[in-house]
Amino acid sequence: MSFDPNIAQTRFGYGPRLGLDAPKSVSQMLDMLAGPDTQAERFPIPGFVDIYDHLKEVKQLTIAVRKARNKGGPAVEKTIAARKKKYAQMNRKREAWFISTLNRCTTTEDAFRERLVRFWTDHFTVIGKGPQFRSVASTFSEDVVRPHVNGRFVDMLKASSTHPVMLHFLDQFASAGEGSKLAMQGKRSLNENLAREILELHTLGVDGAYTQKDVRSFANLLAGFALGEDGRYRFHPRKGNPGPEVVLGKRYGRKKPRVDDVFEALEDIARHPDTARYIATKLATHFVSDIPDPDLVRALSGSFIESDGDLMALYEVLLNHPAAWAPERNKVKQPFDFVASSVRALGVPEGTLTAMKRKQRNLVFFGPLKLMGQQWETPNGPDGWPEDSAHWITPQGLAARIQWAVSAPSALDFKLPDPRDFVETALAGQASDATDFAARAAETRWEGIGIILSSPEFQRR
Amino acid sequence: MTKHTSLSRRGFLKNAGILGCSLAASPLLTPVSLASTPGDHRLVVIVLRGGMDGLDLVRPVGDPLFSSLRPDLSADQNALPLNDFYALHPAADRLHSLWKSGELAFGQAVSTPYRDKRSHFDGQDILEAGVDANGAIRDGWLNRLVQTIPNSSLRTAFAVGREDLLILNGDAATSGWSPDVTLSLSEATRLLMKKVHQNDPLFSSALSEAVDLTEVLHPEMLITTEEAADDPAEMMSDAMRMAREHGSISGIASFTAEMLRHDTRIASFSIGGWDTHVGQARNFKRALSKLQDAIMTLKADLGPVWEKTTVMAMTEFGRTVRQNGSKGTDHGTGGAIVMAGGAIRGGQVYGNWPGLEEEALYNRRDLMPTADIRLYAASAMQGLFSASTSDIEGTVFPGLDLSPGLPKIIA
Repeated sequence: MSFDPNIAQTRFGYGPRLGLDAPKSVSQMLDMLAGPDTQAERFPIPGFVDIYDHLKEVKQLTIAVRKARNKGGPAVEKTIAARKKKYAQMNRKREAWFISTLNRCTTTEDAFRERLVRFWTDHFTVIGKGPQFRSVASTFSEDVVRPHVNGRFVDMLKASSTHPVMLHFLDQFASAGEGSKLAMQGKRSLNENLAREILELHTLGVDGAYTQKDVRSFANLLAGFALGEDGRYRFHPRKGNPGPEVVLGKRYGRKKPRVDDVFEALEDIARHPDTARYIATKLATHFVSDIPDPDLVRALSGSFIESDGDLMALYEVLLNHPAAWAPERNKVKQPFDFVASSVRALGVPEGTLTAMKRKQRNLVFFGPLKLMGQQWETPNGPDGWPEDSAHWITPQGLAARIQWAVSAPSALDFKLPDPRDFVETALAGQASDATDFAARAAETRWEGIGIILSSPEFQRR
Repeated sequence: MTKHTSLSRRGFLKNAGILGCSLAASPLLTPVSLASTPGDHRLVVIVLRGGMDGLDLVRPVGDPLFSSLRPDLSADQNALPLNDFYALHPAADRLHSLWKSGELAFGQAVSTPYRDKRSHFDGQDILEAGVDANGAIRDGWLNRLVQTIPNSSLRTAFAVGREDLLILNGDAATSGWSPDVTLSLSEATRLLMKKVHQNDPLFSSALSEAVDLTEVLHPEMLITTEEAADDPAEMMSDAMRMAREHGSISGIASFTAEMLRHDTRIASFSIGGWDTHVGQARNFKRALSKLQDAIMTLKADLGPVWEKTTVMAMTEFGRTVRQNGSKGTDHGTGGAIVMAGGAIRGGQVYGNWPGLEEEALYNRRDLMPTADIRLYAASAMQGLFSASTSDIEGTVFPGLDLSPGLPKIIA
């Protein structure tokens, strides 16, 4: 089993689109990925620093509401209305970033990059919490994932562990070392959340060689992060713990806490063999099979250790392994990928998506994704979205997909293709006899399209 | 089908109370007659995800150390009295009314066998799998319970909501649905869809369940060939309106009650939002409100069946005894179980209180568990479904020893 353009575009991309070529070889896929990130330029989404002023504004407006409430009078309603307007503005931005994300996936030949961006964004899951951060989770992917998707794991880990949205999501701003000045004064104390999830979810995995004691020491080492005026992290020694700390058997830091000690620990954790095994398993599970081939996992894990977390080397091993090209379609597309690959196969013009009104976006994308079980940027917790097919293809999950497939394409402002042509475009010659028949037998154009998009051939990869 | 037909027909069904009749009469929901269903009792397990702080819900105000360990979290003096030692969270007023009528109880200082790593995800897996700390996570204990019940059918157990619940996964066939989802297809399209899915077991079984359930649950959304929609976009708005109307926790509880009033005996759904590391006063209240919505909706919608019902709300672990620096609490060990319903011996807080002195705590930080949470579930199984000790120790909770005795929670 080796490279196949059809498998390449569905298993490692967002499927076919008329006018876009399927990958020609593994080396072409890797060359594109090593090259410039053209989709990010074409459909820009800002980083956290660029939008930080908006968060400050939310904070100011909230202070104004509080002051007005204390004073009473007509200012109360006025300040609340002003804040509500700001929330709405932020929400519109978030929706526009969703459309940009969708356009990136649906109009690119370098689709493996977009899949990897989603993979790593899920690996380092953040959820925007609270009035200031709830709309800005998209910035995380721009700052942390895209710049390092073809780089080194440790760099992505460092960027993730110091990104404001991650620090906020896992309560790190609130944490102070057990022996810090702030803790001594009783103003703050240690919060273990980020330390635990870095070890459990981002690096070693829950079966990794760490204990509660390591979590505690690592949390003490991490204590000190705050958010600077410029929207970047700051490290405050007075919040940090007078060290050294022993994490996984090694001493880090000294009496005066420093951010470099955090980075030193992250470098060692990123290099740990448990991290290699955990990342290898996740990557193989996400792209190839819910029960990945042990030999593929071994090969990936070996590459991760040998290349010191060089991600391009890792992807090369993945794409050159025979298990990656097995003809069985073991994976089911997650709802976002199902929707994106549908939009891509339908050939919906990018302008149609950009021009959508708010109500229509909710009707066609945000509402249905929630019903399919994958509300945009809202996984249940820091462990991100589940992988196994049976989780997604439940009666309710499949019903939501079918309902969308039948009705959503018609709610988009473009001409639906003829199902007899579409069965060829969308399934690239892979339609089963039953699907081929059903697409032609449908009474209407939209029902025919719905049947093709609902078919297991389209939903599996 | 136009929007008007859909709405007016739904309105008619609801107002006339025909939905209930159509459910009882449906061949799909009644593959077995009511007489041969596995008994009359109902068990609802609510999984509280995130680590519900049992010390905040069932406050040991009689312990002199409590207020000093949690100065901010215990500051509100309006906690609702339970007995001379415990008081209920001040915002739990609706639960308190059940307490007063003897339909609510708690178990304090309980835990699963999970220890030390304090991961939500492992903790929830062990809670739902019902196994020992190093047990294999394969299937859920409610599913294994169904396997021991004679005459069980597909509808005997029901997982409600969008997620796939491990607690009900396993060899016994069980049902799953989320009441906010609709599937409005013309008859012709439905047949074609079935044909397209027929060779893929995962897809075909999901589709046939989806079709069976929507035919019963939302008959107003069914489209016959004659009245097939000519406007799919309008169908989309209809579906989204249904989603808004049925997607809340009350919608989930209401649907659960509907199923329990018919062939379902065991149901489960989950409520998240309990991971209160920061600003617990505000965040705990929000999750608590959902739990109260769920329990009160079950009671209201179950009607007389409530008398036969036991609700158990369980979480993966409790939280640290001391509040942290961000006025929240971190992952802990011992916690509380909530029990409600007309079938329980209410008005009691079960369990031995371990104390809050530092040396009495687990790892000097968490409430020391004094009972395995599975003993409460085992007690419910015995009382409700006459489960035998050997079935419980051998099948449902392998490795659990019932000989120390069970809390007698069923009336």
